[in-house]
Amino acid sequence: MFTALVNRWRHSLAFRVVASTLVAATLVVGVSLGLLLIRVTNGLVDANTSKSIAEANVGLAAAQQVVLQSSEGGPPTPSEGLADALMSALLTGSEAGSAFEVLLLDGSGPAIAELPERGTNLVQVSSVPVQMRAEVQLEGQEVWTYTTVRYVDSPDQPGLVVGALLPLGADVAYEVYYLFPYGELQGTLDLVRSTAWLAGVLLVGLLALIMLLIARHVVLPVRQAARAAELLRAGHLEQRLPVRGEDDLAALALAFNDMAASLQTQIRQLENLSRLQQRFVSDVSHELRTPLTTVRMASDIIFEQRDHMPAQLRRSSELLHDQLDRFEQLLGELLEISRFDAGAAHLETESVDVRDLVEDVVAATQPLAESRGSSIGVELSPEPCVAAVDPRRIERILRNLLSNAIEHGEGQPIEVRVAGTEEAIAISVRDHGHGLDDADLDRVFDRFWRADPARARTLGGTGLGLSIAMEDTRLHGGRLSVWGRPGQGALFRLTLPRVAGQTLPPASPLPLDPSTEVQL
Amino acid sequence: MLVVDDDPALSEMLGIVLQGDGFEPFFVADGSRALEAFRHTRPDLVLLDVMLPGKDGIEVCRAIRAESGVPIVMLTAKTDTVDVVLGLESGADDYVVKPFKAKELIARIRTRLRRLEDAKPEVLHLGDLTIDVAGHTVRRGDKTIDLTPLEFDLLVCLTRKPWQVFSREVLLQEVWGYRHPADTRLVNVHVQRLRSKIEHDPENPELVLTVRGVGYKACDDTG
Repeated sequence: MFTALVNRWRHSLAFRVVASTLVAATLVVGVSLGLLLIRVTNGLVDANTSKSIAEANVGLAAAQQVVLQSSEGGPPTPSEGLADALMSALLTGSEAGSAFEVLLLDGSGPAIAELPERGTNLVQVSSVPVQMRAEVQLEGQEVWTYTTVRYVDSPDQPGLVVGALLPLGADVAYEVYYLFPYGELQGTLDLVRSTAWLAGVLLVGLLALIMLLIARHVVLPVRQAARAAELLRAGHLEQRLPVRGEDDLAALALAFNDMAASLQTQIRQLENLSRLQQRFVSDVSHELRTPLTTVRMASDIIFEQRDHMPAQLRRSSELLHDQLDRFEQLLGELLEISRFDAGAAHLETESVDVRDLVEDVVAATQPLAESRGSSIGVELSPEPCVAAVDPRRIERILRNLLSNAIEHGEGQPIEVRVAGTEEAIAISVRDHGHGLDDADLDRVFDRFWRADPARARTLGGTGLGLSIAMEDTRLHGGRLSVWGRPGQGALFRLTLPRVAGQTLPPASPLPLDPSTEVQL
Repeated sequence: MLVVDDDPALSEMLGIVLQGDGFEPFFVADGSRALEAFRHTRPDLVLLDVMLPGKDGIEVCRAIRAESGVPIVMLTAKTDTVDVVLGLESGADDYVVKPFKAKELIARIRTRLRRLEDAKPEVLHLGDLTIDVAGHTVRRGDKTIDLTPLEFDLLVCLTRKPWQVFSREVLLQEVWGYRHPADTRLVNVHVQRLRSKIEHDPENPELVLTVRGVGYKACDDTG
């Protein structure tokens, strides 16, 4: 529930606007209604208080009159009669029946004779706070405060109490308390309060509704724009937004449409360019290959007759034959590279056991290695290393790495290893030739770069093999790394994801640096 | 032997090579005249360039295939997948990518022609099909099914050993005569074509079965 809300908060602009409006509106409305309520209540209570005090004064004055009359010729004797007379005098202020209660209590010191006490409507003495009684007894003045009026037989009510001391003689006095329950006033206050609540809730609800409508009005076009952008990304370049009016949203739609249009033109241009390039490559391919085929066949015929030729002619025919091979390879690789550059190279993946590919390629290159005095040692992972790859391309990478190793291996053994983890497959090819220094390592995948220009190009490599291997690896979303030390040979490691194009973990199943081999 | 190629030098060179191996070549340089020349010369095999003026090689191939099962070998400069598959689907039996070696081309041609010679009387059965190996005919009941020689070879190869699953590589060796690994799409395309002719429902083949991840086999129930 909570996470769902957090999610909506994070994902829905409309929800966020409505929710924050709701909170802010509740605060504002709450505070202002609260202030209003306090002022109204205070006003009403104040008016009520002064009215009550006035009423109490009328009664008290009447009661003092009674005390004065009965004290002609000495202090009045406390008696039931006196109490009744006082009571009726105190109640003179009462107009519409019992709007207030009166308590007539004995306020003399404990040593003096007890006075009879009176009260109206079964009101309890505990309605008067103890502290107030102390104040009245001590100061003899009129005192008022808020209190709870308690009855013996009916529910308590909040109210006001006004108290005064009615002295009868030395040390003999009555305490008089007027209790004004807020019955009517409470009703009024309750009404005001409930009206305020209703108004507040309605106000907040309406505000939220209005904000929801406004937010939807603003958010819907924004959502539309987001959807359109998504479609645009997915390749629907003709996607546009409807433009209505001239407001900010229309400006957004216009800007979006402009952006889409310019993207569309640029992508079309690039597509055109790429198509042209591919077309060019394909044309060059055809135009070059046809005469090359003729030359090649002619050379084959001449080459077959070489035994009947004088030495010079024979050597020439051999050179022609060999160099045609090289020319053909070079042409093929150039076309391959330009296919990569044009983005026209595509994977045709199959699920294959990479170990089989390695064995095939090693078997095919074995004769070449033997002719150079190198042996190829193969160390395969015991588990199948099945991966979804383009087998033709992987074989080509391996061929390139192996012939590279043979060419630079100086007749030393070559080691090929295959290992796999959950996510990746790695193949490494190690030679023990003259090795590579740091500057070489940076350039080893550059096109037409050769480790040592002075060395005879005995294998007739084109200088493109490793570049193509690199491109093939990239096409798979794999990594081709190289390690080398002068005099210690070189190691090329191909790391491929199990599924072409998937992200590759940073760690390869095989170490790059042969000196860390103990870890394996 | 009919050679359809627009490059005069290559045509002449092909002529020299073919004559050197005892073939008798005819030449056409224009795609639109190829069919006419084909009807006229009735060659044992057609060498067809894909890119031709007039009519391109793929159309020519379709036209020839529509009226004859003669072996067709395409000469293509394109290694792009789409072109190769298109060529094969239009009915070519095999293809050679330029630049090719003379020996390679001759080997291809010989493989395609060999089948026409080495026939011993033999009758095979596959499902409700009767295959007369020497007569090069396939019948379902009284109806003869027209197969190109290559499709026929493919069917015979599979039918002779119904217990064996043939990998695409083995089929390439047996039927096409490749000694080294080559394009396995050749096999896929021709198996599809064969099925479309002999199966009751080519979508659910019952005679030539695919063994996933391995290759193809003939259905075994008639032995």
